[in-house]
Amino acid sequence: MKKAKQVQHMISKPFDLLSEELVFIILDLVAQSPSDLKSFSLTCKWFYQVEARHRRSLKPLRAEYLPRILTRYRNTSDLDLTFCPRITDYALSVVGCLSGPTLRSVDLSRSFSFSAAGLLRLAVKCSSLVEIDLSNATEMRDAAAAVVAEAKSLERLKLGRCKKLTDMGIGCIAVGCRKLKRVSLKWCVGVGDLGVGLLAVKCKDLRSLDLSYLPITGKCLHDVLKLQHLEELLLQGCFGVDDDSLKSLTHHCNSLKNLDASSCQNLTQRGLTSLLSGAICLERLDLAHSSSVISLDFASSLNKVSSALQSIRLDGCSVTCDGLKAIGTLCISLREVSLSKCVTVTDEGLSCLVMKLKDLRKLDITCCRKLTGVSITQVANSCPLLVSLKMESCSLVSRDAFWLLGHKCRLLEELDFTDNEIDDEGLKSISSCRSLSSLKLGICLNITDRGLSYIGMSCSNLRELDLYRSVGITDIGISSIAQGCCHLETINISYCKDITDKSLVSLSKCSMLQTFESRGCPHITCQGLAAIAVRCKRLTKLDLKKCPFINDSGLLTLAHFSQGLKQISVSETGVTDVGLVSLANIGCLQNIAAVNTRGLSPSGVAAALVGCGGLRKAKLHASLRSLVPPSLITHMEARGCAFLWKDYNNHNNSNTLQEQAELDPKYWKLQLEEDIEL
Amino acid sequence: METGEDDLCQNNWGSASILDYEMAREDEEEEPNLHVFKASSSGQDNNGGQASVDFLQGVKAQAWDPRTMLCNLSFMEHKIHELQGLVHLILGRNGQLQDEQQQLITSDLTSIIIQLISTAGSLLPSVKHHNMSTTAPGSALFPFPREANNLASQTLNNNGGASQELVLPKPFVGESHEMKNEDDAEEGENLPPGSYEIKQLEKEEILAPHTNFCTICGKGFKRDANLRMHMRGHGDEYKTPAALAKPTKETVPGSEQMLVKRYSCPFPGCKRNKDHKKFQPLKTILCVKNHYKRTHCDKSFTCSRCHTKKFSVIADLKTHEKHCGKNKWLCSCGTTFSRKDKLFGHIALFQGHTPAIPLEETKPSAAASSQRGSSGCGNNNNNAGMVSFNLGSATKANQETSQPCFMDGKISFEESFSPLSFDTCNFGGFPRSIFDDSFQMLISSACGCSPINGGDGSVSDTSV
Repeated sequence: MKKAKQVQHMISKPFDLLSEELVFIILDLVAQSPSDLKSFSLTCKWFYQVEARHRRSLKPLRAEYLPRILTRYRNTSDLDLTFCPRITDYALSVVGCLSGPTLRSVDLSRSFSFSAAGLLRLAVKCSSLVEIDLSNATEMRDAAAAVVAEAKSLERLKLGRCKKLTDMGIGCIAVGCRKLKRVSLKWCVGVGDLGVGLLAVKCKDLRSLDLSYLPITGKCLHDVLKLQHLEELLLQGCFGVDDDSLKSLTHHCNSLKNLDASSCQNLTQRGLTSLLSGAICLERLDLAHSSSVISLDFASSLNKVSSALQSIRLDGCSVTCDGLKAIGTLCISLREVSLSKCVTVTDEGLSCLVMKLKDLRKLDITCCRKLTGVSITQVANSCPLLVSLKMESCSLVSRDAFWLLGHKCRLLEELDFTDNEIDDEGLKSISSCRSLSSLKLGICLNITDRGLSYIGMSCSNLRELDLYRSVGITDIGISSIAQGCCHLETINISYCKDITDKSLVSLSKCSMLQTFESRGCPHITCQGLAAIAVRCKRLTKLDLKKCPFINDSGLLTLAHFSQGLKQISVSETGVTDVGLVSLANIGCLQNIAAVNTRGLSPSGVAAALVGCGGLRKAKLHASLRSLVPPSLITHMEARGCAFLWKDYNNHNNSNTLQEQAELDPKYWKLQLEEDIEL
Repeated sequence: METGEDDLCQNNWGSASILDYEMAREDEEEEPNLHVFKASSSGQDNNGGQASVDFLQGVKAQAWDPRTMLCNLSFMEHKIHELQGLVHLILGRNGQLQDEQQQLITSDLTSIIIQLISTAGSLLPSVKHHNMSTTAPGSALFPFPREANNLASQTLNNNGGASQELVLPKPFVGESHEMKNEDDAEEGENLPPGSYEIKQLEKEEILAPHTNFCTICGKGFKRDANLRMHMRGHGDEYKTPAALAKPTKETVPGSEQMLVKRYSCPFPGCKRNKDHKKFQPLKTILCVKNHYKRTHCDKSFTCSRCHTKKFSVIADLKTHEKHCGKNKWLCSCGTTFSRKDKLFGHIALFQGHTPAIPLEETKPSAAASSQRGSSGCGNNNNNAGMVSFNLGSATKANQETSQPCFMDGKISFEESFSPLSFDTCNFGGFPRSIFDDSFQMLISSACGCSPINGGDGSVSDTSV
């Protein structure tokens, strides 16, 4: 009797023996999937409490629930409010009061309608606030910045696109937040030399400074480069930084590791030389879209930094053969080279460059249209450690080159062969790269199911596969991928016109699938979609545009099963009001595109809009604009939803011949090339 | 007399300033003996002082009249007798004087000695002046009265170097507050001492509205040319070309080698005073005037626009008024700048100073806050424009008793400008522009700056 009672007692509190630390370790592992975490916390009251104590980061979907969730999760240190477009001052004071000193980081980059008063409450109550992201607060003024300065322990601050901020506000922050380590002022077009200079003078701990697109000159860089710990300096698009203002610059910024001087139109070799003069430990240099020609002279300005340099980006520059050769000779330790859109790159130049770079890991030669198989052969022969190769639109590269590439570079993980001549043999060779995780084969018209099946059989780590307009692919190829690559997260089968529901059913085996794009697949129906919806629980992005057989039943299943869906396009499908309204059932839904969907009525759209509480973007047909009540539109905009009104009427009214043409890849490609030449 | 007035002026100057550090300095300055001087000057010696002023002017007017000289000598005699009497008095009492009496006597002594010395100084003729006055046809005009007196005072200083310390027992006052570089012109000029001739004007002369006086009617003029024009009215003898001609400068043959003239400020302890260790002479008389007024005088001209800035030189006021209101760059310490880079240089230099955001800018953002937030914002202060730094501008009336509870949607930036913000505007703490009362409390405690003015600001009123 007594024993039985004891047993009963033990059953009633079965987790007494389990220490909280152990549960926390379990929870750390469970936490990767939100639904699992939910199931865990619903097990029993104790689990519920433990889970509430364990969770540190929160990403709430609705600001209305902030008081409740913050009461439940008292240990919240990271609060990501990017899903809550409308954060009022009240919400911020709730955060301040409930999370108080435990809060360390807040992300308000996608939120609006808060003011300086709310920020003040946050800054005062959350004394240990270390990170705050206020990007896109385009209405924020200096007064609000002065309030941010009250967060004395702030270390990381993002103020991207705070266009109304001026030197005065930045000055307040510089004086107030002395511990700042990482500051981003990208697109703060009101901030100039004085504000940045003061920031550099007052915040001696700065590690990273993003000054992109600021109207600064070289003047403030004198102060900035005196910072003892500066590691990262981003000067993208600073047109005011020119040679003259950098003339007298000499510095010894040994800590600088990363310098981005891309799109600095007025910076030439002379200015760059003085900018690099003291940065002897520089590892990454970005000179993309530079106005000067990357010649032999230009390469000589890299003299000082050549020893440690690991990565260089020269996207969009006019590169000469001599220049590349000199870079190859100077910077032997380079691991990453990006020459994307450098139309002047020739086989000779690239071969000379890669010949010296035995350690090269990443190479980007997107749109270097002059390159042929010669340079790819050279790359394959010289760089056995290559991990990433992006060579979109290098259409002169012969098929054999791909074979060699797969043969020599076994460590490849990321490959972009979009718009290339690769064929099944090439894919067979590539499939020997076991760790391949991203493969882009868009507009590769020479590949078929056979080639794809090699990939499916060997590359079990594949996460991303792009088959956009690769029309040789049918259900067989897709099913072999689905069978072999169970970690697949992203797949694009847009305009693969032979794909049917069978592919979707087989893809539903990939339970990690997050992004599924099947635009313009005319054979897909609701049955295939249902399979995906039921089994791929992590689905977040779905593109069903121009799938005419997709209708309400498909969306109803989605609304029921895919609770994590964030983005959906149902343009030019058979969806009606019922389907659209049912989408309101998905709490996370942020983006809806429903253009030229004939079954939609204004009232149905209005109901769907009201129902989707977290909507951020709605792409709708322009004719609906006048039919939906204006008050509803203003209401939606106040909730944080942006509207994009599209008018495809002209395009749509033209005959079906054009639709046919759009589906025919060869015709499409021809047209594309004509467009490029124009 | 001189010391007394000086002290008075110093005192006014100190109280006129709004900056606390200056106030503090003034406190240090006020030592007991100075109080005594003030008392004496305002009391019994007033008449004597006045008399001596008249007397000095008389000296100026008729310096080389032997009758005047005689008069001066008898005056000195009289004064010496007075002095003797006083010393006898002290001796008679065997030094057993009460403090008060002693001080009275000391001050009497001081004033007598001053008068004595100045009279004696005026008696001493200078060689070249003598020549000039005898040879120049328009000697009656007496075109250099100032210089005569200068020399007199110079010799006074030379002769009575020892007595001067007795006469002017003022404590040394550092000139750190002399911010203006009004005399920059001669900053770089490093004349070796002795290579120039030092002149020292007296305070009364510096401050006198006129420097040229008509010997007949006594009317004063700023310029000697004006005086000459005036003199024509007194008779035909003043209408001769010689009389009307501009007196030529020091072209007397046989006069000693011409030295460059430099000027000394009569204020003891001043860097421009020739007794200062690092004496920097002033270049012209105008420099002396401006320097003396700016540095040692009451700032009596107030800007009619901002009602804050005060000046002692009217030209400075005019210059300021040209730019007043354009100084839109404001530091938390209350200093305004016409240029942003100057403000940022200032902030970079000082710890704890921060740019102050003008109030008008905080308004739109307050209005653009959430609808709920702006709806409750009823009582606006309407302190549009820049923050005014008038002490005691009655913001007290605007103090709201808002509860600093997060639940109330009433968010106002306006109430932030309570007097507290500016009362505490010494260099430790800084005024807050946009915070509610609860927060001000926090700030002031965090900065460690307690409200100086007895906490009569908003602190006591807030319901924190």
